[in-house]
Amino acid sequence: MIRLSDIHKSFGAVYANRGASLDVAAREIHALVGENGAGKSTLMRILSGMFPADSGRIEVDGKDVSGWTTADAIASGVGMVHQHFMLVPTLTVTENVMLGAEITRGLQLDRQKAEHDVQALVQRTGLVVPTRQRVSELTVGEAQRVEILKTLYRGARVLILDEPTAVLSPPEVHELWRVLRRLRDDGGTIVLITHKLDEVMAVSDSITVMRHGATVGRLKTSDTSPREIARMMVGRDVALAQDSRAPAGASPSSGARPLLDVRNLVVASSRRANVVDDVSFSVAAGEILGVAGVEGNGQTELIEAIAGLRHATGGTVLLDGTDVTRASVRARGDLGLSHIPEDRHERGLVLEYTLAENLILGQQHRFTRAGALDRTRIEAHARHLIEKFDVRPADATLPARALSGGNQQKIVIAREMAGGRSFTVLLAAQPTRGVDVGAIEFIHGQLRAARAAGKAVLLVSADLTEVLALSDRVAVMYGGRVVAIVPGASASAEQLGPYMMGVSAGAAA
Amino acid sequence: MTRAKLEEALLPPVVALLVALLVGDILILSFGQSPGAVYWQLLEGTWGNAYGFGQVLYKATTLTCTGLAVGLALRAGLFNIGAEGQLAAGGFAAALVGIALPAGIPSLVVLPLYVVASSLAGGIVGGIPGVLKARFGAHEVITTIMLNFVVLALLNYLISTRFKVHDTLHTAELKSGAVPRLSDVFPAFHGSAANAIVLLIAVVVVAAWWFLFRTRAGFELRAVGLQPEAAEYGGVSVGGVWWKAMALSGAIAGIGGLNYVLGYKRYYEEGFAAGAGFLGIAVALVGRNHPFGVVIAAILFATLSQGGLAVNALVPKQMVDVLQAVVIISMATAVPEVRRALASLRSREPGAGSREIAAVPETQP
Repeated sequence: MIRLSDIHKSFGAVYANRGASLDVAAREIHALVGENGAGKSTLMRILSGMFPADSGRIEVDGKDVSGWTTADAIASGVGMVHQHFMLVPTLTVTENVMLGAEITRGLQLDRQKAEHDVQALVQRTGLVVPTRQRVSELTVGEAQRVEILKTLYRGARVLILDEPTAVLSPPEVHELWRVLRRLRDDGGTIVLITHKLDEVMAVSDSITVMRHGATVGRLKTSDTSPREIARMMVGRDVALAQDSRAPAGASPSSGARPLLDVRNLVVASSRRANVVDDVSFSVAAGEILGVAGVEGNGQTELIEAIAGLRHATGGTVLLDGTDVTRASVRARGDLGLSHIPEDRHERGLVLEYTLAENLILGQQHRFTRAGALDRTRIEAHARHLIEKFDVRPADATLPARALSGGNQQKIVIAREMAGGRSFTVLLAAQPTRGVDVGAIEFIHGQLRAARAAGKAVLLVSADLTEVLALSDRVAVMYGGRVVAIVPGASASAEQLGPYMMGVSAGAAA
Repeated sequence: MTRAKLEEALLPPVVALLVALLVGDILILSFGQSPGAVYWQLLEGTWGNAYGFGQVLYKATTLTCTGLAVGLALRAGLFNIGAEGQLAAGGFAAALVGIALPAGIPSLVVLPLYVVASSLAGGIVGGIPGVLKARFGAHEVITTIMLNFVVLALLNYLISTRFKVHDTLHTAELKSGAVPRLSDVFPAFHGSAANAIVLLIAVVVVAAWWFLFRTRAGFELRAVGLQPEAAEYGGVSVGGVWWKAMALSGAIAGIGGLNYVLGYKRYYEEGFAAGAGFLGIAVALVGRNHPFGVVIAAILFATLSQGGLAVNALVPKQMVDVLQAVVIISMATAVPEVRRALASLRSREPGAGSREIAAVPETQP
């Protein structure tokens, strides 16, 4: 059905694909797996015509289509659903679906026919969405269904999905699998890009593994195991997160001194009432409190309010007993608050700054003598941290932009956990997002080491496996509220799923 | 600075200049003149004799100030279109000091007063849009443009009423504080406006470089310009940097007013700043917002401007205005284009690909 062979693609000096290949049979769900930076997305963008390969051959239905455009691809029934939604929030679902493929009657849009067609598509696929509502009013899961509808509306028979579950709760993921299976059974072909092994095992029929831009193997899902796939992805044995659950009863949280104490915290936003709504919890010395929840339920705002990046409209934040609710970011840092921000490209790093400069970001006032930067100390500091955290390439004069995601995150972690000041409380927001399996291992080790050293860690992650693997207690956020706090040792995805969907505690039992 | 960075900084202006020369060739030919003769005349009239060189130096001094002002604001992510008004305000404040203080005060005392007055006036005019942006989110492009009208109209009103000197459009002459002309030291420069303010501006350039790249405040300012969210995360008050950067930018433009008012005419005259503020935007662009780059760009534009007068007999001097515009347009086009070309060139160098750099393809989940 689809055959890509020996694809090469580079962006400037960066090789994204070198000798990648892919074979997808008709009517199968094919998982394309690999670490971040393995070249999966690039390969699929080449297949969907977003850009041409430097060399290599693309065949669809036995026809050589190398170098085609997105328009060609769509005309031949190959469509891609991107990680980032490309929807117009002020238009309705139907308007978004028809955008770019409008049905007209004379000069006018034929809204009735469009509405009818979209409804029919919804019926056929089971992708249930309120078609007359504006996209801005939809949940993330619904918006994703609109993206899929949009692609199908243009006649796609081959559907490429790029990391579709990153923004979904467990029940929404199950719903997505159901839809994908139905599409397959109706004759569709699906390529699923992912790096989550449980998803691969749950839904795919066959698997292609990529590493460093090349294809390293093709497997039948029924004949393989997560361990084998992980080994192929990384090139060596790795400890999977689910292997290392926090030992029950090991947490010293009971009776230990709370280092971070959040009381009745409220963050109002201009649009909706409260993005963080009366949230209270505390994190003790030597404890990791994990915050689970579907993205967009107030986790970002909660972390930013604690970090001092967002105005808290109500409530208090205590840092080791000191009220810091109105304190500046710098003052909180000086009091021992470290923060691994969820978006290292936006916040955590100045991408044009060198590694040495990034390693003092937020601590620049500690590397200053009479107003001037103390370059000797900054360089020594950078050398020390780069060596200690094995940052590659080990060149402090490179801009942060030049590093891989994992190494960029090491810079942030080095600065926040071993930088120019000591810390007592660590806010870790999506600490392993977009980093490879090896770096995930390392980062988890760092978080455990912080706990062992008596620090209080607040961990927010969209990856439920990660939250469950690391946390002594798990708080679930939904609609800006903490709807449950449960002990980490006994928590499970099945138990937390209903909370993440906003189903009340009674119904969850 | 690494070789790669230097290449990336220097190549676009060179390419832009070559394109401008090519366009100039066509223009000159269309006037029935020989490009070689015209360009020779242009160089001869600027760098070929002491007077021409002095004029280039003088014009470059003012352009350096406005270019530096625009460039410094851009480093903080702000587009200061108001250098024109800030320059005029600085010049007028210097004239006020010169009129108010009696003659005979030692230069050592009065010269610092001129510097303070002109930078303060420019700083206030620049700082107002900064504060409006930091406090209310008003866009600095709009506010600086509008403030130009306000400031220039106000100054014109003042010199035609309160500070009127009969039959002129300028204020009375400064009474104190002598600044030597270049021709006082080297008689060959006779008639040119070049004066010792150029030394003051040289100090300002070096100070600006040191501030931007060697101090904590400069570190924070550039972080705000590159990534305001990251700067905020790094404990920097973004609004604070905004208004301070605008005030500093205005102050530098204001000091530029000294070149004309104190160093050359010794009075404030309506329209002395005309065009210098806006040309500062081009100077900052070609100079890549780097203080030393700004100096080079200012000399380039000063040469073109003075050269226009030198070739006036052969071709209309507006031809040079066209050349300036072509330099700016080519520059704006060349920066991304040259970067792309350099990147693809480097990727073809042996061994370039083996370096572990993985920033582009995979987007973040």
